Amino acid sequence: MKARERLLAELKAGIPEIAPHDALALQARGAALVDVREPDEIAQGSAPGALRLGRSYLELRIEDAVPDPQRPIVVMCGSGTRSLFAAADLARLGYAKVSSVAGGFARWKNEGLPVELPFALDASARERYSRHLLMPEVGEAGQTKLMRSKVLLVGAGGLGSPAAYYLAAAGVGTLGLVDHDVVDRSNLQRQILHTDARVGTSKVASARQTLEALNPTVKVVGHETQLTSANVEQILAGYDVVVDGSDNFPTRYLVNDACVKLVIPNVHGSVYRFEGQVSVFWPGRNDSTGKRPGPCYRCLYPEPPPPEYAPSCAEAGVLGVLPGVIGLLQATETIKLLLGIGEPLVGRLLYFDALRASFSELSLERDPACRYCGDGREFPGYIDYERFCASAAA
Amino acid sequence: MSRVTIRIPMPLRSYTQGAGEVQVEAGSVREALAALGAAHEGVLPRVLAPEGELRPFVNVFVGSRNVRSLDGLATPLADGDVVAIIPAVAGGLP
Repeated sequence: MKARERLLAELKAGIPEIAPHDALALQARGAALVDVREPDEIAQGSAPGALRLGRSYLELRIEDAVPDPQRPIVVMCGSGTRSLFAAADLARLGYAKVSSVAGGFARWKNEGLPVELPFALDASARERYSRHLLMPEVGEAGQTKLMRSKVLLVGAGGLGSPAAYYLAAAGVGTLGLVDHDVVDRSNLQRQILHTDARVGTSKVASARQTLEALNPTVKVVGHETQLTSANVEQILAGYDVVVDGSDNFPTRYLVNDACVKLVIPNVHGSVYRFEGQVSVFWPGRNDSTGKRPGPCYRCLYPEPPPPEYAPSCAEAGVLGVLPGVIGLLQATETIKLLLGIGEPLVGRLLYFDALRASFSELSLERDPACRYCGDGREFPGYIDYERFCASAAA
Repeated sequence: MSRVTIRIPMPLRSYTQGAGEVQVEAGSVREALAALGAAHEGVLPRVLAPEGELRPFVNVFVGSRNVRSLDGLATPLADGDVVAIIPAVAGGLP
């Protein structure tokens, strides 16, 4: 008898082997079904809801995936052999109720049990996102979510540059960029997507070049236009998250109103000299997550300041790295929203003071009487935003 | 009367000779803002409308709470409270 067969015989004596339909029933009752096959095998099909942790990382990943050692675990491989080895390792780690699927996935499939074709990362994606894949909060499922996600950045400038750069690096599948401006040399102190050689060319085209150089698998959709009441819904539709890095109040209110209507979370950032604000406006959160809805921008600021009270960065100046800090906080919030992890800045405003090197967290409440997101309110329609902001009274 | 700190946002620091914080004695947010206005000319009209109410593009927080969710300008202050003035800021690019 070969050593391998001797060991297998020992394992079979210690690990219960169950038929595929019993494994399915156990999974339905809350057991974790762990598929330990290789990625190329899994790409051909796997049991729905199976945890695909990989045989080689199994011991390192299982506790994050299955923290409770009393939760039953059913291990499946291709034919029922590798799963015995894996099951024995899990038992040694302290899992009390481990079993192995006799006949493995081959028999599972033959018996007509449900199979799904998981979206499989190819070898180059696996390498590119390996530091994401190592974290259970992202993992293959999370990375797949990011790759299927669509994020619209309003403005490819000071805030949009760092945000888009890191979202592209993270593998967000589609990045939309709205900007009608051209690169100016005075932008380069902070707008890191652009280059000196591209001064005078379109910001969207320049941003696309940098983003595709970093990650050619990301689809960059350019909208070289100004957002208006007439085009806003057409441009925003289909995006999972909007990142507002605009530089003027008419656009801020327009983006807010459209996000309220289309129920898209709006990741807001703004900067002034050494200070920045970040929040997530998401009054529609209730519908998609069952959590409390948050305020919208109008709950916080029902009206804009009159133009003479609201100098832009062009007039007031801004420390070049400041939009880097704020834009990356926006990118962080965006990724959390896409993955559905952590606690987003809904109902909270993070205020950064670079000179004090301090963050303050301010609590924002939803206004139940808000004209746009208030209780039972019908969407009142878009307005003339330029006029709304130009006529704001001092 | 309580000794409180008012945090001045960057856009209003031109009125406070660049100071990021101003200490005042006040029993309420209204009194604190009045004391700020008395010490630094020009700042108050940026925060309060002519009728004396908060402007719609400015929020005032005591600690982490917006006074609009408390008692507005009548919100009482205790020793050591930090009152933050947070105006709407458009800036991103251009």
